[in-house]
Amino acid sequence: MNRTIYDLIGLSAGVMFILALKGLSHPRTARRGNILGAIGATVATVAVFFYASEGNELPLNNLGWILGAIAFGVLVGVPAARRVQMTAMPQLVALFNGVGGGAAALVAIVEYLKLGDSASTGVVIATVFTVLVGCVSFSGSIITFLKLQELMTTRPVVFPGGRFIIAATLLGTVASAVWVVLELGTTPLLILAALSLLFGVLFVLPVGGADVPIVISLLNAFTGLTVAAGGYVLDATLLIIAGTLVGASGTILTRLMAEAMGRSLFGTLFGAFTAKPQEAGAASETRPVKSGTPDDVAILLNYARRVVIVPGFGLAVAQAQHTVRELADLLTAKGVDVAYGIHPVAGRMPGHMNVLLAEANVPYEQLSEMDEVNPTFPQTDVALIIGANDVVNPAAKTTPGCPIYGMPILDVAQAGNVIFLKRSMRPGFAGIENELLFDPKTTLLFGDAKASLSKVVGALKAL
Amino acid sequence: MDLIAIVTIFVLAVFVGFEVVSKVSSTLHTPLMSGANAIHGVILVGAIIVADHSETNLELGLSVAAIVLATINMVGGFVVTDRMLEMFKGKSGGRANQNSGDKK
Repeated sequence: MNRTIYDLIGLSAGVMFILALKGLSHPRTARRGNILGAIGATVATVAVFFYASEGNELPLNNLGWILGAIAFGVLVGVPAARRVQMTAMPQLVALFNGVGGGAAALVAIVEYLKLGDSASTGVVIATVFTVLVGCVSFSGSIITFLKLQELMTTRPVVFPGGRFIIAATLLGTVASAVWVVLELGTTPLLILAALSLLFGVLFVLPVGGADVPIVISLLNAFTGLTVAAGGYVLDATLLIIAGTLVGASGTILTRLMAEAMGRSLFGTLFGAFTAKPQEAGAASETRPVKSGTPDDVAILLNYARRVVIVPGFGLAVAQAQHTVRELADLLTAKGVDVAYGIHPVAGRMPGHMNVLLAEANVPYEQLSEMDEVNPTFPQTDVALIIGANDVVNPAAKTTPGCPIYGMPILDVAQAGNVIFLKRSMRPGFAGIENELLFDPKTTLLFGDAKASLSKVVGALKAL
Repeated sequence: MDLIAIVTIFVLAVFVGFEVVSKVSSTLHTPLMSGANAIHGVILVGAIIVADHSETNLELGLSVAAIVLATINMVGGFVVTDRMLEMFKGKSGGRANQNSGDKK
């Protein structure tokens, strides 16, 4: 295959990626878009096996190793993607993004080892950029994975002098990058890689749990840019197109996500430089709350005219989406008007909750977005909050300076009665107290969301 | 390739990237991120190229690792995105109707 044909195939793959992103932006075409992207990626991958670059013969050198490595990657990636629980999807995406960044960094390192004196400064800079940002994306994504998997604390990790350590690491990383560009050598490169990995960790540690999705999206955009830079190094136009597309769309997506969550992008990213170690308000937890029994909850629901269910991550963790649908069906059969109020970031990522409820066959008409459901809360008799906390926390409106201040919330406080199904009094993902729990019209039912819901369903049937 | 051609491609791709996702409902943020994530798995092409060029065991070892990681990123990414979007199956029509109904 000659260069022209190879480049034309690359161009068509690039066009497929553009159409894929376009398709993914609309619900009706989303699935088709994703499949188109997969076809584009497959075409591009197959084509490279049939392209003999100058001075090279087909088949490719090390063909056995290449095919074996691809087979191994498929054997790891596909089952992971197939078997993952819907609830664990965000961290899997983070992990996939991390390994992509790692792959780009490795490609650049190999290319660097082979760069002779003939390499232009531009190529060297692009190589160094790929190593640096690829490593940051890799280690940063691993930390986001650990946070979402709750293998480490979801609260911001801030330590004394942290901002100086981060600033020093950043300076060291940039300095070593310059060093690598000026003086080609393996040792400076390894130091650069190590510092970049460290910076990725320090960059993500101070980010609070609620902001993690924004950081994943940003690291996704970073990986896109490293792929583009790698494409420049390898003289592969398709990689430049694909990487830049992901970098640009990822940046916009990051901004859209931050807006949906009412967060400032700047505050999220540079929180590390401004955050101070703070004590969580533990003193307030001694105040009394009204806790009820499943029967109390069933009675409240039974005599309501309108119930709005607010599902949160606790519902997802307990795999209670099927039980909640059973409850909703039962109430509908009794003539109660039931709707689900879905916060844009319910779950761990925008759109996550819609995916979970769709899995349980909840009728689409019952799913209301925040803007639709908020004006109806004053006419709502019962707001049933299942495993959610931060998205209904009035502190977002009333307490300037708290971590979620400014985030749009569901106004459940306007409803006649508020019921929280919670595991414990533990604060939500953002780590702040919810005043609504202490409100006189609030009833709490403690326990695992699925177990509690089953008991409520049982009590409702007995009425 | 000369630098100006590359810069041209880069700048145009930036604008296309901005343009295609500028209006997307929050419901689709997660699948879109996941799909874009899978697309950058195309670094696999780059990993295959460096594996082809590898001369020492160190280079080959690193390239093979890069191919494994890139394949996981690409294949796993598209599969997981498809699984997310599968959940919207059959409801997309309702959504479109509802939206157009709201506007009119």
